[in-house]
Amino acid sequence: MTSSAISASVTSRLCEIVGAANVASDFAQLATYEIDRKLPAAAVRPGSSEEVAEIVKFAASEKLALVATGARTKLGIGYTPSCYDLALDMTRLNKVIAYDPGDLTLSVEAGVPLAKLAQVLAEHRQFLPLPVPFVNRTTIGGLIASGVDSPLRQFYGTARDFLLGMEYVTGEGVATKSGGRVVKNVTGYDIHKLMIGALGTLGVITRVNFKTFPMPLATRGFIARFPTVENALEMRRRIAQSALTPLTLEIFSPRVAELFSSDAASHYERAPMPANVISNTEWALTTGYAGNERVLERFANDLKRMAQESGATGATTLADNLPPAWARKREFVPIALASSPATTIMKISVPPMRMKDALAAAQKAAESSNLGWAAMARGVGIIYFAILPNDHTEEYRERVANATGATQEACAKLTGHATIPWAPAEWKHTLQIWGPPRPDAAQMQKIKSVFDPQNILSPGRFAGGI
Amino acid sequence: MDSQLLRDLKSLLGPEAVLHRPEELMLYEYDGSVEVARPNCVVFPRTTAEVLAIVKLANQYQTPLVGRGAGTGLSGGALSRKGGILTVFSRMNRILEIDIENQRATVQPGVVNSDLSAAVAHAGLHFAPDPSSQKACTIGGNVSENSGGPHTLAYGVTTNHVLSLEAILPTGELIRIGSSALDTPGYDLLGLFVGSEGTLALITEITVKLTRLPEAVKTLLAIFDTLDDATETVVDITARGITPAACEMLDGWTLRAVEAYVHAGFPLDCAAVLLLEVDGVAEAVQQHAEEVADICRAHHAREVRVARDARERDLLWKGRKNAFGAVGRLSPTYYVQDGVIPRTKLPATLRRINEIGVKYGFQIGNIFHAGDGNLHPLILFDARDEAQFRGVVAAADEIIKFCIEMGGSITGEHGVGMEKDRLMPLLFSEADLDVMRNVRAAFNPQGLLNPDKIFPSKKGCGEIHVRPLPLTGAPSA
Repeated sequence: MTSSAISASVTSRLCEIVGAANVASDFAQLATYEIDRKLPAAAVRPGSSEEVAEIVKFAASEKLALVATGARTKLGIGYTPSCYDLALDMTRLNKVIAYDPGDLTLSVEAGVPLAKLAQVLAEHRQFLPLPVPFVNRTTIGGLIASGVDSPLRQFYGTARDFLLGMEYVTGEGVATKSGGRVVKNVTGYDIHKLMIGALGTLGVITRVNFKTFPMPLATRGFIARFPTVENALEMRRRIAQSALTPLTLEIFSPRVAELFSSDAASHYERAPMPANVISNTEWALTTGYAGNERVLERFANDLKRMAQESGATGATTLADNLPPAWARKREFVPIALASSPATTIMKISVPPMRMKDALAAAQKAAESSNLGWAAMARGVGIIYFAILPNDHTEEYRERVANATGATQEACAKLTGHATIPWAPAEWKHTLQIWGPPRPDAAQMQKIKSVFDPQNILSPGRFAGGI
Repeated sequence: MDSQLLRDLKSLLGPEAVLHRPEELMLYEYDGSVEVARPNCVVFPRTTAEVLAIVKLANQYQTPLVGRGAGTGLSGGALSRKGGILTVFSRMNRILEIDIENQRATVQPGVVNSDLSAAVAHAGLHFAPDPSSQKACTIGGNVSENSGGPHTLAYGVTTNHVLSLEAILPTGELIRIGSSALDTPGYDLLGLFVGSEGTLALITEITVKLTRLPEAVKTLLAIFDTLDDATETVVDITARGITPAACEMLDGWTLRAVEAYVHAGFPLDCAAVLLLEVDGVAEAVQQHAEEVADICRAHHAREVRVARDARERDLLWKGRKNAFGAVGRLSPTYYVQDGVIPRTKLPATLRRINEIGVKYGFQIGNIFHAGDGNLHPLILFDARDEAQFRGVVAAADEIIKFCIEMGGSITGEHGVGMEKDRLMPLLFSEADLDVMRNVRAAFNPQGLLNPDKIFPSKKGCGEIHVRPLPLTGAPSA
């Protein structure tokens, strides 16, 4: 563990801003803010966006690097911060500011846990279609800043598609906003979109406005098993070319069955996997859908037919969209992380019909380096490819670096890209976490300079060394 | 204009691709808005390389530069407010690649919106954003303005359908952002550039997503005897979580203007109609259409008609999409607003708009995207009359201020442009605007590209420029 140190005068100024009870500087408390074995010198818990602005302004004047945190479930994404003086714990900003169920719009503070928000929305039979990994703990700010996606993107898209506006504090401590609270709006630049997935390098998100959605009436699930990946992808193609619009669509590699029946998986979902639904020797396609009785029947019939035409060895219609398999597919990342001492997860993105080549390239790269792997591919062309080394040694590091490098090269040729959102902390500097250098890196840097000229916000975590 | 610059442009593009005589320039001093601004010359590049060379000349001569598609915009975005070079993309109108299996297309910016949908219809696909001007407007313009349309209620606006851009920054850098795969690593530059109203870059190539056409469509026309019944219906449809593919409203006055022009069979004696469309899998569409019709009846719809076939459906939509043209036959000038309100506030807002019309003595027609709360009050006036001209600006401002009081916004899809820049401080603080100005300066440091748009000058409120406009075609809404 390394940690930075700050002077007593800095601590006392922070206490002035938020009150002594909301400044932590003892080791036990700071240990919970660890990022890749780095600890901050202090953790500050602001209670309002004004306090956030004060703290950032002060940090900028003192050149203190700060990382905004929520539930601290996804701080491992990106490179290790080059400096980490202050943790800005946003969890006291936990109010639902406005919710208008009649208009299906919502304004919440960044520290609101997604699970708490889900309860508020459920009272009106509405929801945010963001069942992201760590869903039971994650905060709104964290899910936006980390840019994670969810199985429901198949139908609803990502947060970008229903984010209406945002308030945030720039790296100079200026509280500012973009967008609004209405569902259609082209007033001013969409700065809020820049904040998605930026890992807090452009601003500290304080408030987020969303469009909400009515809960689907009745839902069902469908799982089909296939001898090869080609069969499973063929079924995806058939669904994509049909009139069916499923809510979720994921393809699992054979080893996923083993991961999903592990102890790690039961941590996220206590109910056991139904028997014979997925197997250790076959690929599987899982899809969830919603609608009235006639629509559900149509889906069941069409899916069964498409599965047969695609060469399925078996298929099961599940009575509910949230059977054990679904919680597990939402939590694929944490389950995979717990399944090896040095899990390294690539996020591969290619046009959907190139998933076959991308999967083949990643598989070949892993296996030629003697590495275990498991993959979950979303219907839209996103693949989470988990490399599962048996050990944490230097030898494995080198193998993983080779495998990920080769996969990244192959994906570029497929007009796609592959990043490495999750990897062991001490391996990161030898991996291309954000993929090969991008041609638009200079444009990214221009943006960073506008929002955080002193480079104090999450320095070094982002693409291009930002 | 510098005659050497003109010579340089002519030798670059050929003399036929450069216009500079006053009678030629007059055609380019308008768009679909009531704004007027004349460029010093108009150029028609054919290739990205030519656009790049134009940008370099603009830098060399320190001349303003504005991009333009079909000129159907409604906020003056494609007008050259400070003269200079107007770059019209109408000759860069090739569809470069269609990838049916991956549902993507790559186009030049001058491709007409509906031409792309027509080119992929054989595969059961379309480009979902459908501004009412879609038979004329270009995809480059759609990207610049982040255009909407009736069906964006369910399908999302332009920004939800763009994957990648090739663009030229005003500094002369050719950049490529996004990719044909989703979630390109790095900041979401696409999200920033789409809808930046031509102030950050000239776009030279666009890759978009193509959307599968629905298997079944039902189009309904609900007829109401009071405006309140129609607006309450929209509130109820929204609150019940039903998202029709489209939910458009026309008030009685507008309807009569449209009927006289289009002969779609709209009733002449009602207070308002809702044009509703539901689509999707056949088994869902039937039920959703019945649900929607029931809600209309519960709110005292006099009649709910269902289009029996494609011809009837097209006729109903023809009425909607040609409405602005129809109104143009009745008045020498009209002023279209684009305010947005939370949908629960529709009844109160429509009542207020009527009061404002009475107060200022203007006929105001309402035809708009009710489902997403995006209003288009059309204020009829004669711009040759100085007093009317001032009155219309005051009335329009009063409407917009009411939208903001309701928690809304000043523009839902037409853009800020040179029309609403002075209204931006009603929504944004000086700090908010400064951040946006700094973003613009990062890409457009000298302000050569599309100057004096979106952001108000810091010197205080400017005068709004409204002049008589000869109304021909039907601008988008």
